[in-house]
Amino acid sequence: MKFKIFAAFIGPSVIMMILFIAFPLFSVFKQSFYLTQPIYELMDVETCTPGFITQSCVTETQSIPKLDEHGEIITQTKFVGLQSYRNVLELERAWDALSSGNWAGFGAIDFWKALRFTLTFTLITLPLVLGAGLGIALMINNAAKSVRGPVIFVSLLPFIITPVIGALSINWLFRGDGILTAAIEWYLQRDIAMFAQAWTIEVLMMLYRVWHVAPFAAIVFYAGLQTVNQDSLESAIIDGASRWQRLKYIIIPHLMPLIVFISMIHLMDSYRVFEEIVGFSSQGHVISLQWLTYDFLVPDQAGNRSISRASASAMLTMIGIALLLVPLLRRTWRDHHGGH
Amino acid sequence: MSARALQQPLSLRLTSGVFLAMWCVIAAFPILWIMVQSFKVPVDAYDSNALNVILGPETLARGHGMSLFQILIGAAMLWLTFHLARKTLPSLVHQVFDSGVQWIGWVIGVLALTIGAIVALFGVVPWLAGLLDPYLGPFGTNVIGVTTEHYKTVWVERGFFRNFQNSLIVTAGVVAISLSVGTLAGYGLARSGSKLAFWILIIALIFRALPHSVLVAGYLPVFISSSEWLAPILGENAPTLYGKPFAVIAVLVAINQPFTIWMLRSFFQNIPAELDEAARVDGCSHFQAFRRVIMPVMWPGVITTGLFSFLLAYNDFLVTSLLLDAQNQTMVPAIAGMFNRETTTTDQVVAVAAAVSITAPLFFLVMAFQRQIVSGLTAGAVKG
Repeated sequence: MKFKIFAAFIGPSVIMMILFIAFPLFSVFKQSFYLTQPIYELMDVETCTPGFITQSCVTETQSIPKLDEHGEIITQTKFVGLQSYRNVLELERAWDALSSGNWAGFGAIDFWKALRFTLTFTLITLPLVLGAGLGIALMINNAAKSVRGPVIFVSLLPFIITPVIGALSINWLFRGDGILTAAIEWYLQRDIAMFAQAWTIEVLMMLYRVWHVAPFAAIVFYAGLQTVNQDSLESAIIDGASRWQRLKYIIIPHLMPLIVFISMIHLMDSYRVFEEIVGFSSQGHVISLQWLTYDFLVPDQAGNRSISRASASAMLTMIGIALLLVPLLRRTWRDHHGGH
Repeated sequence: MSARALQQPLSLRLTSGVFLAMWCVIAAFPILWIMVQSFKVPVDAYDSNALNVILGPETLARGHGMSLFQILIGAAMLWLTFHLARKTLPSLVHQVFDSGVQWIGWVIGVLALTIGAIVALFGVVPWLAGLLDPYLGPFGTNVIGVTTEHYKTVWVERGFFRNFQNSLIVTAGVVAISLSVGTLAGYGLARSGSKLAFWILIIALIFRALPHSVLVAGYLPVFISSSEWLAPILGENAPTLYGKPFAVIAVLVAINQPFTIWMLRSFFQNIPAELDEAARVDGCSHFQAFRRVIMPVMWPGVITTGLFSFLLAYNDFLVTSLLLDAQNQTMVPAIAGMFNRETTTTDQVVAVAAAVSITAPLFFLVMAFQRQIVSGLTAGAVKG
């Protein structure tokens, strides 16, 4: 295929990606070093309150944003270097807390709190998703042919449901005296509140994520199980291998590429954990890195969005993604060069 | 011998079956449960006794209920709908429409069937039951409390219909544009073995891993001030991109592009290259070969990729909630506003009803396209 024709085919797609992915990335990088603020000026303001005989007046010096001729606030953008990063990382506070051994104080700083949760979430759900997916796949493979279709249909439901709605539906089961909280209370014979402390919310979020992603893993593994070499299974039986040995030495090695694939997808996706925070309304207790950026972007009560801090936290999030991607890229690189 | 050697002992088969059944319950329970809750008055919906939630005695006491007769004709209507969708609709479409415009037939047919089913279930069945119940004795007395008042609140009073329209515009736009752009790119990438193609795919893979909030942080300032920097090009009436559905469509298409081109590329690789080579030998240009030879056989892959584009656009919360203003809000961010406001239990059940309304189309989507979704999930895996 000539280059010109190739360019014509991929042109629209590449232009879209440059315009809406590469360019914003660059502008986020730039924004993180600049700060846009209204220009304040100091003004003497006289406030008078009616008194009994005379008015009592107080003169104060206040800083008031400057207005232009249309009555709009004038803003200026200036280079602030790493200031936004410092504001997000709060290194001094973090260092103070760490050096005095105050883990709670360290965990109270938004960025480190978010980082801690994002990493725990990613690392704990990964083995659970792989295990649950493999288990479900083996069970579907074991079932009679006639029930496989309906079972896959039911399994797909948690996967395609809108993440916010899925998280909400689990949230509603436990919120207040939701049906499952009531059941646990009845079983334990004591009062529990699932949303009063951070760790129970985290457990629920992880359960939700496993529920949401395990079907995907299961279906991919199920497809992989269809291609297991039956001859080697038979010879293993003749050699007297137990079921467990067959699983360990034949089936799992066969599924290895799929396990790597799912781990990679899951690492990327769970590092972006966000919808759970919204669905469980957990921002008071638990936040994630992506939620932190989102929160900076949402206008505060005065209607301001802290764009530069959002950009700084976005850039910091990206560093994590870069670290995650290195092994994946190396593998793709090897495959490509080995394959050709 | 193989069949006997591979046969499993009864105990293992039983355990596996039991666990599979348990998984099915876990998978479906939260979704079924919010569906049941949405049809009850708040007292029943949040009862701690599961049986009360299902049967709804309080709902029944307030005069909203279904008799056995109504349940029976309701079930009959449901069965009829499924029968029509699976058997009658396909054959009808094949008869009436030519193969070129068959998709129009499908759109019309599915729309008609959906509207017909809603009218039949929520209009005809209650009316018929109200008419005949008094004469049916025990079959005519209400046994299960069911009320649709929360759906009325959501769709009529809270103006959820507008959000639905916006969701429809955004998803339709995203699916249409991302497929037409992605198909071309996927084909180009599949048929080119060049280094550039490899690098584009790698960069797309990196883009796929980006958190969406990073990108939105890049769009927001640019979109809010767009009327200023677009003014030199477009003059006086340069639009503010913030809050406009078409801007969100463009953003979602771009975010979805890496996934789309990877997936379509793997589908195109499965179409033998000899096919378009033959067309080229017969004198077609690359584009003619694509249009006349590849397009007729690429539909399964395109439909599957389209489904995933649909899911991305329909399920998105982050991008739409930050880039659309209140009047153009889609369904998912709108419901987040709804449950944050929930102060009374009635508000909560209203939010539940809204959640079920969002989920229902996805349910039917899986029902209709289960095979395509499964093939899409596995296609990505096989090619890595």
